[in-house]
Amino acid sequence: MDNRVVITGLGVVAPNGVGISNFTDAIKNGLSGIKHDPQLEALGFSCQIVGKPNLTPLQINTCFTALELRNFNSSGILYGVIAGMEAWSDAGLEPNTGLEPDWLSGTIFGTGTSGIDKFRESIYKIDGLDVRKLGSTVVTQTMASGVSAYIGGKLGLGNQVSTNSSACITGTESILMSYERIKAGSATRMLAGSTSDSGPFIWGGFDAMKVCTYKHNDMPASGSRPMSETASGFVPGSGAGAMVLESLQSALARGAKIYAEILGGNINSGGQLGTGSMTAPNSIAVQRCITKAMENSKINALDIDAINGHLTATSKDALEIENWSMALQRKGKDFPFINSLKSTTGHCLSAAGSIECVASVIQLKEGFLFPNINCNDLHPEITKIIDTETIPQLLIRKNLNIIAKANFGFGDVNACVIFKKYD
Amino acid sequence: MTNEELIAKLKPIVASYAQDKAALEKIDKDTDFIKDLKINSANLVDVVLDVEEEFDIVIDNTSMEKMLSVGAAMDIIEAKLQEK
Repeated sequence: MDNRVVITGLGVVAPNGVGISNFTDAIKNGLSGIKHDPQLEALGFSCQIVGKPNLTPLQINTCFTALELRNFNSSGILYGVIAGMEAWSDAGLEPNTGLEPDWLSGTIFGTGTSGIDKFRESIYKIDGLDVRKLGSTVVTQTMASGVSAYIGGKLGLGNQVSTNSSACITGTESILMSYERIKAGSATRMLAGSTSDSGPFIWGGFDAMKVCTYKHNDMPASGSRPMSETASGFVPGSGAGAMVLESLQSALARGAKIYAEILGGNINSGGQLGTGSMTAPNSIAVQRCITKAMENSKINALDIDAINGHLTATSKDALEIENWSMALQRKGKDFPFINSLKSTTGHCLSAAGSIECVASVIQLKEGFLFPNINCNDLHPEITKIIDTETIPQLLIRKNLNIIAKANFGFGDVNACVIFKKYD
Repeated sequence: MTNEELIAKLKPIVASYAQDKAALEKIDKDTDFIKDLKINSANLVDVVLDVEEEFDIVIDNTSMEKMLSVGAAMDIIEAKLQEK
């Protein structure tokens, strides 16, 4: 029989809060983590505002040894390990320091790139004919699976230790892949999450594509405007989110705190056919992803209390709302509540899915809907489909049972996960 | 440079990588980097790079392979200093 899968630990390194407690306060209060970045201004970026986590030396030194930090220059691994270790500890688990690997626990921790600043350092050395001076950690900091390798070593994991990569759905995908593994009985516990590097070498490509806003460089906190009529592109971000997934049986046996249950989900692709392309979604696939997620979770559309959208603050937001409305066959006042974390964090790219899933689970556990900021001028194409009341602009305290969370990414890929309050 | 002076210069370099701090305190010519100091073998290249920088020498691949103990490191450093 399939295992039921629950969430027993959370960790986050977000632009508006490091650690679950700070992050919870930030999302409840609509606190923005978006700031002006002098480095991007100096480099002549069009968009000079970003959502970047602010870590203290104490937070870093708690998770990394002095030796590990020698010549260390991989922000993605830094964020991922800190979020991952928090989730593990929040689940009441200790790192395994014995001689026997923990065969039943693994990690799937995604990223878009790894150690891009370290990679740049290395390129300069190699081009300067100094390949021999690279040192011993270039590979582990720049290999895509660097983040899962660091986590696996720190926790002594003995099950699958891997990194997935699928643009903006990476984090949601890592959770669904981990969920499947536990459901099938291949693992008892999985640390699922994703991370994204910070800095101009990650964000530059998006700036060049003109998909980021250049209109809010002097007012960062109001720059990220999902669902607003004056949305003019996303604000790039970075960070990491993590959660411990565990079989219900294991969680109950050790008396663990249970945040929520994962009922199921779906991952698909639009094949870059029809309206889909490398960078645009095929709406048929988006809607199918949502309906298949409901089918897989054995719920119907009316069971969904709230949606945590992808909603990046580009011209595609209205299309996303239309796709949700079509998939759920719900509109107007009958539409579920919907919010987007990106108004306060920016678009954390490969970390977006995991950070936003963490926010969704906190909402279920505590019974609230965090406010969307910067959308008092809702886009008329959106209010034509759904009622203004379904888009919280102030904190709403409400007992929620089911949240649908989706992300959509480059490559025409989609992921939707269904979280349910555990009772 | 006397043996004592050389060891005194080597000690802070290997200290960054040595996982056995007690063995580090007793460091002498016979101390093995991996067996005694429990330095991760991947870090041996970092020890070599730090030694190169400290003594302003270049250690070739053949010498690098032999640099597995304090004594071997001292011999290589002295030979390279003489070549300068």
